[in-house]
Amino acid sequence: MKSIRIGNAAGFWGDQIDQPVYLTRDGQLDYLTLEYLAELTMSILAHQKSRNSDAGYVTDFPEVIKKLVPYLKEQPQLKIITNAGGMNPSACAKMVSENLLSLGIEDCKVASVDGDHLLPDLEEHQKANESFTHFETGDDFNTVQERIVSANAYLGASGIVEALNQDARIVITGRVADAALTLAPAIYEFGWDWTDWDRLSAATVAGHIIECGAQATGGIYSDWNEEIDLANVGYPIAILEEDGSVFITKPEGTGGLVTPETVAEQIIYEIGDPTQYMTPDVVVDFSHVELEQVSPDLVKVTGAKGTPRPDAYKVSMAYQDGYFASGTLVICGRNAKKKAEAAAKMIFDRMKIAGIELERTNAEYLGSGDSVPGVWPEVEEPFEIVLRISGYDSSKESVERLMKELAPLVTSGVPGVTGYTGSRVRPRRVLSYWPTLISQNRVKAKQVCKTIKEWVSEP
Amino acid sequence: MVEMIRVGEIAHARSGDKGNHANVGILAYTDEGYEYLGNVLTETRLAEYFIPLRPRMVERFSLPGIKAYNFLLHEILAGGASRSLRIDTQGKVLGLSVLEMKIPKPKNYEKMVRQK
Repeated sequence: MKSIRIGNAAGFWGDQIDQPVYLTRDGQLDYLTLEYLAELTMSILAHQKSRNSDAGYVTDFPEVIKKLVPYLKEQPQLKIITNAGGMNPSACAKMVSENLLSLGIEDCKVASVDGDHLLPDLEEHQKANESFTHFETGDDFNTVQERIVSANAYLGASGIVEALNQDARIVITGRVADAALTLAPAIYEFGWDWTDWDRLSAATVAGHIIECGAQATGGIYSDWNEEIDLANVGYPIAILEEDGSVFITKPEGTGGLVTPETVAEQIIYEIGDPTQYMTPDVVVDFSHVELEQVSPDLVKVTGAKGTPRPDAYKVSMAYQDGYFASGTLVICGRNAKKKAEAAAKMIFDRMKIAGIELERTNAEYLGSGDSVPGVWPEVEEPFEIVLRISGYDSSKESVERLMKELAPLVTSGVPGVTGYTGSRVRPRRVLSYWPTLISQNRVKAKQVCKTIKEWVSEP
Repeated sequence: MVEMIRVGEIAHARSGDKGNHANVGILAYTDEGYEYLGNVLTETRLAEYFIPLRPRMVERFSLPGIKAYNFLLHEILAGGASRSLRIDTQGKVLGLSVLEMKIPKPKNYEKMVRQK
């Protein structure tokens, strides 16, 4: 039976920079996927594009592709699918093509996939009765509409499949459902029907398992021990078969662990109702998925069930929402916690004396159980506490002022203050998340597939 | 006196964010542990455990195939990834905190710990 190997070497923008090379070198892959876009990444890329029309994509990827050139030459079957396009897939495709051409690769097609970007036509969609109501809180869109900086639909696999049909070897998308990076090659290779819900579900579960990289292969496994060699952790590979069978593994000789436990932790990661895992292509029922250790570091995944795709795409919007900053001091010695509490009070009192009040502030005493405040078991009082002061306000100046109150404690505060080095923390713009929906028939994936030379000769 | 154990002796965990909600997956090592946790880790028990973080509601879902319960903790993240002023804006460590929860030691405890 025909089978394909899909390896994912990036779980977010900022993941281990050399993993795409390691996984391609050692993974015997048919497809390398690279998943870069967290929920709010698009808003950052939108901001970059607003300042420079050639920007707005994940700049790591054109650099990564240079290092992959030897493997593109040695491994003729290898294809690459990534959402590195962000807000500007065609600019990313052009840069990738320029880099490949400069390293002697010419006979290769690169595709861009977009159509997810909704901001320019937002009002038109609203006239067609798209309310863009917040789908968790039910809040009205007009509370944030003026402040929206990005709005992207999570597209499904269709645009990628079409690009592969046009012989693309490298497919660069904007916002697509993470699992679509894995589902698309399966549909393309096996010719599955778009209504074969159980097989679409099997590949979607595979995509969900590998989309966060090493989180499926031992990374952050809660039953951690030192023998799980995480320094050399291997990134995940999904082996998909034509009948919908799925196996999870990692390259031989790497660290980490692929067991039913490590894979199960990733299955449950960031899901809600497991019988209703929504994707643009299929609604998956995870609840009866079973895992079986076939051999060391090889786990079989069975039991995914699917029901028809939803009528709406999920839309991720971001809106400007004031300013935030946080800074830390380390408070040491006897009574560290009590002194840290006093130090925090001093900071807030001095703000009051200056007549500045922030909309929200927080003081945390890290080392005393404040990462889950009030929930961790009591600890014996430590001899050092990280005091973390955070503030939020619609006024940037007020947040800036709060941060200026930290350093003075080195000389005018409680005894035992250290760890304050470097310059003052500067407030950052808060971009908040507005999840909503849009009818699938109002959005269409658009793909452009061209040769490297054609991309490079673009104006 | 009732002898107590930590949830972490018979289960492992992973948690993360869903907007302003967090999800905590608690995964039993064995079928016996899955059955027992089904009795003790109720929605009410989790809601009580997380009172300091003020979740609006707790929902529990079952994944018998992987011997897991998924708890959806509504509005527990004080604004979520971008707005929260907490260090753990995304609820990444909530799962580990549930592993520290104390529950009565069951009679067939030996069948619930990770089988070597």
